[in-house]
Amino acid sequence: MMSNLTSPERARAMLITGAGVLIGLTMAVLGRNDPMGAHGWIVLLFCGVLFFIVADKLYDAEPVEDRSISYYDDPTKVGILLALFWAVVAMGMGVWVASQLAWPDLRFDAAWSSFGRIRPVHTSGVIFGFGGNALIATSYHIMQRTSRARMPDQVSPWFVLLGFNLFCVVAASGYLIGITQSKEYAEPEWYADLWLVIVWVVYFVLYIRTLARRNEPHIYVANWYYLSFILVVAILHIVNNLAVPASFTGAKSYSAFAGVQDAMVQWWYGHNAVAFFLTTGFLGMLYYFLPKRAGRPIYSYRLSILSFWGIVFFYIWVGSHHLHYTALPQWVQTLGVTFSVMLLVPSWASAGNALMTLNGAWHKVRDDATLRFMMVAAVFYGLSTFEGSFMAIRPVNALSHYTDWTVGHVHSGAMGWVAMITFGSIYALTPVLWRREAMYSWKAVEWHFWLALSGTVIYVFAMWNSGITQGLMWRTYTESGTLRFSFVDTLIAMHPYYIARAFGGLLFFAGACICFWNVVMTIRRVPHHASAIDYPTTSEAMEPAVPAAE
Amino acid sequence: MTILAFLIPITLGMGAVGLCVFFWSLRSNQYDDLSGDAERILFDEDRPLPAASARLSNTTKETAP
Repeated sequence: MMSNLTSPERARAMLITGAGVLIGLTMAVLGRNDPMGAHGWIVLLFCGVLFFIVADKLYDAEPVEDRSISYYDDPTKVGILLALFWAVVAMGMGVWVASQLAWPDLRFDAAWSSFGRIRPVHTSGVIFGFGGNALIATSYHIMQRTSRARMPDQVSPWFVLLGFNLFCVVAASGYLIGITQSKEYAEPEWYADLWLVIVWVVYFVLYIRTLARRNEPHIYVANWYYLSFILVVAILHIVNNLAVPASFTGAKSYSAFAGVQDAMVQWWYGHNAVAFFLTTGFLGMLYYFLPKRAGRPIYSYRLSILSFWGIVFFYIWVGSHHLHYTALPQWVQTLGVTFSVMLLVPSWASAGNALMTLNGAWHKVRDDATLRFMMVAAVFYGLSTFEGSFMAIRPVNALSHYTDWTVGHVHSGAMGWVAMITFGSIYALTPVLWRREAMYSWKAVEWHFWLALSGTVIYVFAMWNSGITQGLMWRTYTESGTLRFSFVDTLIAMHPYYIARAFGGLLFFAGACICFWNVVMTIRRVPHHASAIDYPTTSEAMEPAVPAAE
Repeated sequence: MTILAFLIPITLGMGAVGLCVFFWSLRSNQYDDLSGDAERILFDEDRPLPAASARLSNTTKETAP
């Protein structure tokens, strides 16, 4: 990896990691009487290890490879492995969290292992650790291939990837030691948020610079999806995390907004994190890897572009549907409902487009578990976007909100759509990236597919049942007008579903472990295979469809 | 609901940025050959970049069996 960096690039890497060490030391000293001090040491350790890795190879031989004839894939490879590492850690945490709900003794009476601390480790770990790393890695791959150009430099991709992982480590460790600003999916405190802004701006600039170097006149639609993911997440993140630190020597900060204002900003962020983190980026993956793997162009490319602009213009308005029947003005809630229902059109356009692409290639779907991952992802995308629009309608929300139905909905999207398309993309990408003929074990891919699918179905059905049971019990009145069931009654009713949920999650987690093992074995055991052409080329876009007579 | 005085202009601003980018893509002929654009990501038999082709032909000779 290091041998591909030139001397000036190694020097720059040393400078950046050295600055990171100093920042970590400053945080550790200033925050010595606060949990922030612990984060200082973590930053110091993270940057220190990277510093020594770079320093060790500083005077090694310069790379001899000609950069113009190859893509830069080292950060992509590391990103895929990091994504799988986070998947195993965070899904394992998820199984533990789910088990705590069924058997509360599994907390083992420690402060750090309480539900409120390990749940965000699960959510941030899967969304940012697994999803984020997978998005960064696949975007590096796709931006270069579809632009037929190499990335402009070799330091900024590493900065983005490793800087983002530093953010993830600071976030997850912070939750365990009790640092949180209590905003869903935006729990990290002010210094982590500031750091993520820097990383994200570099990511955006890197993407634009790569596109500017392209040797292909057309910007493929997947790039539009990735760009909207980067740009919108940056804006959402900055606005939602506006806060005043209580002191610069401590982690605690206070949000710039209060009460229902804060709730509105939070869900404007929260739902658009679902939209632009968990949807558009992964649609970019779908629109590249699905046609690639199926060996056929997307069914309607025109529709893919239309649904992109539809999502961009509709999604941003739907956040208020999280705040039905609250102090939020009625018209703002109604606005959210309207856009939520409209959103079904571009969402189903994408899901239908993906399935129609496979129409005529069903034998490939039958034989190839990788393609089946992508097909099932498209089906779950269609299902969960329909469910989402449905649940946003106010009377439905009256039943579903605050119940496990919401949890089931999120997981049908997160496990069925996001994780399935990611695993499919990883299986499609790994042999290409490491120049291998195929995955180490196709049987393991099959096992993973069926474990993931059955895990998702068990999980989602358990939560639908539990959520609707819970919602109905809460609203059942006796003849005298009092509530029929106590809260504990609902807990007893939900217990069997919680066991089923933990079991479904366990199956899904087992599949992720198999995936990690299979990828590592592919890298270590499968012989090198000089693959088809995979280097920057000129485009045929400007040529006439029929060659001139010779 | 003073927050709406922030959120609605920010959101409209983001929509306006999106609209500008859309018009840019329209004017820079991004949508002239949609079926060709969709198929070109599948093609591997392209030629290397002119600057690099000479170098590449050397390396392929070396690795050829």
